[in-house]
Amino acid sequence: MTTGRFLGGVFAALLVTGAAGAFAVAWRPGIAAVDPPSPETFDQALVRRGRDLAAIGNCSTCHTPRGGGDFAGGRPVPTPFGTIYSSNITPDAETGIGRWPEAAFRRAMRSGVDRAGRHLYPTFPYDHFTHVSDEDDRALYAYLMTRRPVHAQAHENLLPFPLDQRVIIAGWKLLFLRGAALELDPTRTAEWNRGAYLVEGLAHCGACHTPRNVLGAERASAQFAGGEADNWSAYAINAQSPAPVPWDTDALVAYLRNGWHSDHGVARGPMADVVGNLSDVPDDDVRAIATYMAEMFGYPTPDRKRRSEEVLAQLNSTPVAAAQTAGAAIYAAACASCHETNRPLPYGGVNLALSTAFSAPDARNAANIVLAGIRPVEGEPSPIMPGFAASMSDAQIAALLDYLRARFSNQPAWAGVEKTVADARRTQTVFLQRSLPPDNAPTDIRERGKP
Amino acid sequence: MMTLKVNGRDHRVDAEPDTPLLYVLRDDLALNAAKFGCGLGQCGACTVIVDGKAVLSCVTPLLLLEGKQVTTLEGLGSIETPAPIQRAFMEEQAAQCGYCIAGMMMRAQALLQKNPKPTDDEIRAELEPHLCRCGTHMRILRAVHRAAHLMKTADASTSQGRSQ
Repeated sequence: MTTGRFLGGVFAALLVTGAAGAFAVAWRPGIAAVDPPSPETFDQALVRRGRDLAAIGNCSTCHTPRGGGDFAGGRPVPTPFGTIYSSNITPDAETGIGRWPEAAFRRAMRSGVDRAGRHLYPTFPYDHFTHVSDEDDRALYAYLMTRRPVHAQAHENLLPFPLDQRVIIAGWKLLFLRGAALELDPTRTAEWNRGAYLVEGLAHCGACHTPRNVLGAERASAQFAGGEADNWSAYAINAQSPAPVPWDTDALVAYLRNGWHSDHGVARGPMADVVGNLSDVPDDDVRAIATYMAEMFGYPTPDRKRRSEEVLAQLNSTPVAAAQTAGAAIYAAACASCHETNRPLPYGGVNLALSTAFSAPDARNAANIVLAGIRPVEGEPSPIMPGFAASMSDAQIAALLDYLRARFSNQPAWAGVEKTVADARRTQTVFLQRSLPPDNAPTDIRERGKP
Repeated sequence: MMTLKVNGRDHRVDAEPDTPLLYVLRDDLALNAAKFGCGLGQCGACTVIVDGKAVLSCVTPLLLLEGKQVTTLEGLGSIETPAPIQRAFMEEQAAQCGYCIAGMMMRAQALLQKNPKPTDDEIRAELEPHLCRCGTHMRILRAVHRAAHLMKTADASTSQGRSQ
C-alpha cells in the first residue's frame, strides 16, 4: 500500500466521521460493571459448548501469547497501520473481562465496543462476530468466564496519530460494519446454512483469506480471493484457488480435521493453529464448514481438472531430476529424500507437485516453510520438517525456490525471490518467537495424548 | 572432491555433494563428537556450528557449505584444555549417557557467542530442538549459565577454544 493512498484513506475516514457528526456516531455508553460471576453459576453443558465455539473461532491464536496464560492477551498483531495488541479475555477483574456482564460481552462481539464504551479496533474481527447468535455468545461468555483469571495488563497499541484516536473507528464501522444476522437460505440444506453461519461468523475465514482495502476492511467484491496473516499468504479459497488439485468437501473435512490431506500437504503457519483447534470440535460443524466452503471454491473448470489429473498421474513416474542447476542440486540433496520417496503423509513429505505453495502468486509461504520447517507437536505423533534457516543462505533458498517453481507449477517465474526470502527470514523469526510452541496440526486425533 | 573448512583447517573431502556433513565429519575426518541420532534433524545430537550458527549436520548436505566455516566440539577445546562450555558441562556433571551433550554444547556455544548473558527462558527456547532422554535438563541449564559466567570471568585467558 502506498503512503499516498493510505493518507488519502485516512482522510476519507476522517471526513466520513466528521460528516456524520463525530460525537453522535462515536459515543457509546458504558455498561455497569458486575462482580465477577463465580464459575459454578454457569451450566456445564453451556461451558462445553462455549469451548467448542471458542475453538471454531480460533480465539486462542490471538489471545494466548507464547509464554503467557491462556487467553491472557498481549500478542502483537502487525497491521499496515501499526501494531495492535490482543486483549486479556480471562475473567480477571482488573485486567480481563471479569467485571463484564454478558450484555457487555455480547455488545463487544456484535459491534466492537468494550464494557466502558470504547470502540475496539477491527483487528478483533467483529465484522464477522456480529453474525454470532445470542445463544452462541452466551456459551462463549460462559466458557471464558470459567477460565483461570490471569492478571496481565493489556499492552498499549503502537499506532500513529490520528489512528490512535478511537473515535476514528466509529467512522470505519459506519463504512464497513454490517451488523445484521445472516439470513438463512431456505433453498439450501441445513448443513450448508450451518456452514455459512460458521464461516461468515465465528470462524471468520475471510479475515485472512479475503484481501483488504486501503482502510483495512475486507473487499466484499473479492471474497475469499486470498489475503494474508502474520506474513504468510492466505491462499485464495474461491475459484481462484492455486491448489494443483482442486478442493472438494471430503478433502476439506479431512484437512480441517486432521491438519493434512494427501493431495495437498500439511497445514502450517497460522492455518496450523486453525486446524489444531478444529481437530477437537464436533464432526458436524467441520463438515458444515467444508460443505459451504466447497461451494465457495466452486466446481473446477475443465482446464483445472485436466491439470489436476496430469499432476496426479505424474506423481509416481517423475524421477528425481538431474541436478543441473544450483537449485536442482539443493533439492536433490536436501529435499528429495523426504519429498520424493512416496512415503505417505503425514510422516512422509508431500510431493511438491501437489503443494499449493509453488503455484501461489508469491513465494512467501514457500520461503517461510524452508526457513522454519514444521515443528513437532509436543507429546503427539505429528508431521515434521527441519528448518534450513541456519544452513541455507538467502541466495541458496532463492535458487531452490526458483527451481521448484519452474518444475512444479505451470505458472510464470516469481520475481524478486531473494528479497522475499530475506523478508521472510526477518519476519519468520518474529513469528516463531511469538507463536505458541506447538504451532502445528495434530495428525490423527485418535492418536492424541498417546506417547 | 571438495574443500571443507573444519575447525580452522581445510580438508580435501572425497564425497558426493549431497552427502550429509555428519557422515563426512565422522567417517572421513574422524571427528566423532557430533552424533547420529535420528537422521531427520529432529533430535539435535548432530549439531555443529557453521559460520556462527547452530546447524543440524545430518540434514546439511556438503554442497551448502562451500566457503563456510564448520566448527565441531573438537574445535572448541580438548581434554587437556577444555573450552568454557566444556568445563561448565563437566563441573555441573550435565551428562548422563552423554549422547545429546555434544549437540547441546554446540547450540549453547552458538547462543553464548551472540548473547553472552542469556536468561533461563532464552536458554530453554534455544535448546528446545534438542532431546535428552536421561533428563539432565536442569543440570544442562545450570551448565549453560556457568559457561556464560566462565567466559566472562576467565575472559578466555587459558581455556578459550582454539578456533572460536
